[in-house]
Amino acid sequence: MSDEGSSAGVSRRSFLQIASGTVVGGAALSAGLATLATPSHAAGTSSAASVVPDRVVPSFCELCFWKCGVLAYVKDEKVYKIEGHPKHPLSNGRLCPRGTGAVGALYDPDRLRQPLLRTKVNGEDKWRAVSWDEALDFTARRLNEIKTKFGPASIALFSHGHGGAFFKTLMKALGSANTVAPSYDQCRGPRMAGMELTFGMDPGAIETIDLANSRAVAFIGTHLGENMHNTTVQEMSAANAAGATFITVDPRYSIIASKSKYWLPIKPGTDTALLLAWAHVLITEGRFQKQFIADNAVGFDELKAHVADKTPEWAFIETGIEPRVIRETARELARSAPAALVHPGRHVVWYGNDTQRTRAIAIVNALLGNWAKKGGFYLPEAIKLADLALPEFPHKEAYKPRRSFPLASSPCAYDVCDSSGAQPGSPATIKAWLAYGCNVPLTLPDTDNVVKRMQELELVVAIDTMPAEITSWADVVLPENTYLERFDDLHAPPYRTPFVALRQPAVASLYDTKPGWWIAKTLATKMGLGHYYPWKDAEDYLQQVLTKSGLDYQQLKKDGVITRPPAAIYDDSPVMTFKTPSKKIELFSKTLADAGFDPLPKYEPPEEPPAGYFRLLFGRSPVHTFTRTTNNPQLSEIFPENELWINAEMARVLKLHAGDRVMLENQDQVKTGPIKLRITQRIRQDCVYMVHGFGREDRRLSRAWKRGAADSRLITRVKRDPVMGGTGMNGNFVTVYRESLGAAGKEA
Amino acid sequence: MRYGMTVDQRLCVTCNACVLACKNENRVPEGAARCWTAQVEWGVFPNLSLETRSERCNHCENAPCVTACPTQASHYEAGGIVDVDKDKCIGCKACITACPYEVRYVHPDGYVDKCNFCLHRVTKGLQPACVVVCPTDALAFGDLDDPESRVHQLLQTRQFKVLKESEDTRPKLFFLT
Repeated sequence: MSDEGSSAGVSRRSFLQIASGTVVGGAALSAGLATLATPSHAAGTSSAASVVPDRVVPSFCELCFWKCGVLAYVKDEKVYKIEGHPKHPLSNGRLCPRGTGAVGALYDPDRLRQPLLRTKVNGEDKWRAVSWDEALDFTARRLNEIKTKFGPASIALFSHGHGGAFFKTLMKALGSANTVAPSYDQCRGPRMAGMELTFGMDPGAIETIDLANSRAVAFIGTHLGENMHNTTVQEMSAANAAGATFITVDPRYSIIASKSKYWLPIKPGTDTALLLAWAHVLITEGRFQKQFIADNAVGFDELKAHVADKTPEWAFIETGIEPRVIRETARELARSAPAALVHPGRHVVWYGNDTQRTRAIAIVNALLGNWAKKGGFYLPEAIKLADLALPEFPHKEAYKPRRSFPLASSPCAYDVCDSSGAQPGSPATIKAWLAYGCNVPLTLPDTDNVVKRMQELELVVAIDTMPAEITSWADVVLPENTYLERFDDLHAPPYRTPFVALRQPAVASLYDTKPGWWIAKTLATKMGLGHYYPWKDAEDYLQQVLTKSGLDYQQLKKDGVITRPPAAIYDDSPVMTFKTPSKKIELFSKTLADAGFDPLPKYEPPEEPPAGYFRLLFGRSPVHTFTRTTNNPQLSEIFPENELWINAEMARVLKLHAGDRVMLENQDQVKTGPIKLRITQRIRQDCVYMVHGFGREDRRLSRAWKRGAADSRLITRVKRDPVMGGTGMNGNFVTVYRESLGAAGKEA
Repeated sequence: MRYGMTVDQRLCVTCNACVLACKNENRVPEGAARCWTAQVEWGVFPNLSLETRSERCNHCENAPCVTACPTQASHYEAGGIVDVDKDKCIGCKACITACPYEVRYVHPDGYVDKCNFCLHRVTKGLQPACVVVCPTDALAFGDLDDPESRVHQLLQTRQFKVLKESEDTRPKLFFLT
């Protein structure tokens, strides 16, 4: 941990697998195994017929970030099944496969079970199992040293997950503004920017789209049904059942594409051309919502001029989508307007011009007049929770990134990583990372670069439930309880039905693990910052917040959720007010113009793959949430490894066969694999596709280790979005060759 | 009363929530399943179609497994639910050979197991676990003879098919197309 260690230019940390390297506490690591008979298989009877639960505990899920309400069924202090909470508005009694498989997360035998400290033994890195006191004393001392020596801005928090709230408070108390989330610049950031610039409002983590009531929906940049955000899937399915027209724009024949009247197998990266052509058709054919635009938007004339030459014929050359289909799909949307919607997408960091593409999506939606309308975007409402009175926080200091993004609403995880360590001749200033539920090496693009940056840090602290690449490179591992063993902060997001939900333990901690709130509060106390946590424990905290908010803790504990009557989610007044500088929908964005960007979205053709290369695309499996779930015993049974989708004709040309295991090599000679081949008609010839979250490197992950391949290794080229800093990841290209042939075989 | 199930192929996204809910509900051991999902692809890029569905025991009215079982372990329950009495089952696998749908597995405890429409829930007036969990509302279960039941109404209004109709097993698992 010394300064010498990080300046020598050698690997300060070695990759440490949790089990193999532990010198003390090895016995403790396996001690829990006896209790591990997977509860779903345990207990005499083969059928649940005779099982009467001892209790049913309402809570909310953490297998992804949608946070659906659940009911955990407990018998003999074991959770044996989880159902959707019937009264929770995000689940409506139903659950996705991940939420259902949360039993597997609780009883995963590979879980982290006690705090670990990296220790040198005869020059070799080893894990030492330590007490919580020792782990947190060490962490507190090191963080305070780093803060004193390098300033509070040298400390960063990567946070993904609900419990991160308690660590965000720690960052504020420290005086660091460097709290980052990959959900911003690796995911939704450009959407936030594009929608805010146009409508003055971001559709939020729980998208404010009235999907169930929509009569025509264009899915562009979402593979809903493979992405299993529960409520959205429910609404999509309701719209489908009601006979809504679906239009799916995707280079791959996704599940939602197969449910669609129109599948537009677009050339990757050309979506903006399609969107501008849609706008062209709507405007030139007079099919837009004229009064709505006249009353509520600025910049229509500029838009009209901008898209005058963006004909379907022009777009055909770029996108490969026939002009007839472009016209028909635009008319389908117009016919159902305002109950028509272009889905704003979810993971939208593709080509570096993503804010502008989202702007094009926003503009088409504006032309459909669907803002605050049934079947379009709705206006959400949240139950406002009171803030506890806290001592004043110190002035927040932020690090100085190499590159700044004028319209970013949050610091970027990528820049924090890029500014980490002690790089000669660079302004790197970040010296310590706290990673809460965030497997940074496989979450940010370019795994090798992330590892390099971590090597240069003074301190890496990982707070997680499972071993992961981040824990393997950490100095301190602080094992957290799974969501089924902990209290957490309340959940009261903006939604159509305002609600407050409670997370509470279904069972006691299985191991020597702690809830995030306890870890953050105890660490803060040891750092001399305990006064920012003016409560005894989580229940005391929850009680204080709820009482101050006029809500009843005991009722919430019993029911798991408190709802209010649905908000007035539509606005039928002809003239609405928007939270933009002009108070109108900004088709033409003066904000963008003033910041030196295109005020109307311009189409930029994507970089073409070099000859012999495919564009690398990636997405999701319905049973997994990135790397978080790939080792889950229940979920990995259903989907144990990812496969590489390749077009059948290309496989024939490359003499690849079904079941082959192939290697991937990108344009920068970075290799990964092997990965199983999926030869299919369901993808274009110019790209290959894989599910993200596989290719795990920690041997302790007994189910996920070496299963499949990691796309993030191959994403060595990142196209930054100049507007908000999003890390465009789809500009990477790969060659594919059979594992047995070796690298030389790829020419064969 | 005849219990049956509809699986709406238009709605199912093969997310496998049904499989996991079933496994937890019925304590199905690792490596086995009482229900699963299937995707059937047709066509050549870009003219494609895809069938998506959740599959399980067809609860046939003319069930070859019941006929084949030498110990009456495989039997019809109330409403025609085909079930296996594990105490009577000797693990001979005659039913596995007889069933054209490959819906059965041998439990590590030596008996044959398969979907029984969550009989323990149905007798309490609850829906099967797979129906309850389904985020797309693709599954419906109920009395086919009851004109008020959702399954009855769906079969009245929608086109449907059964698997391997030529086997003359008269399945009560209907796939809405």
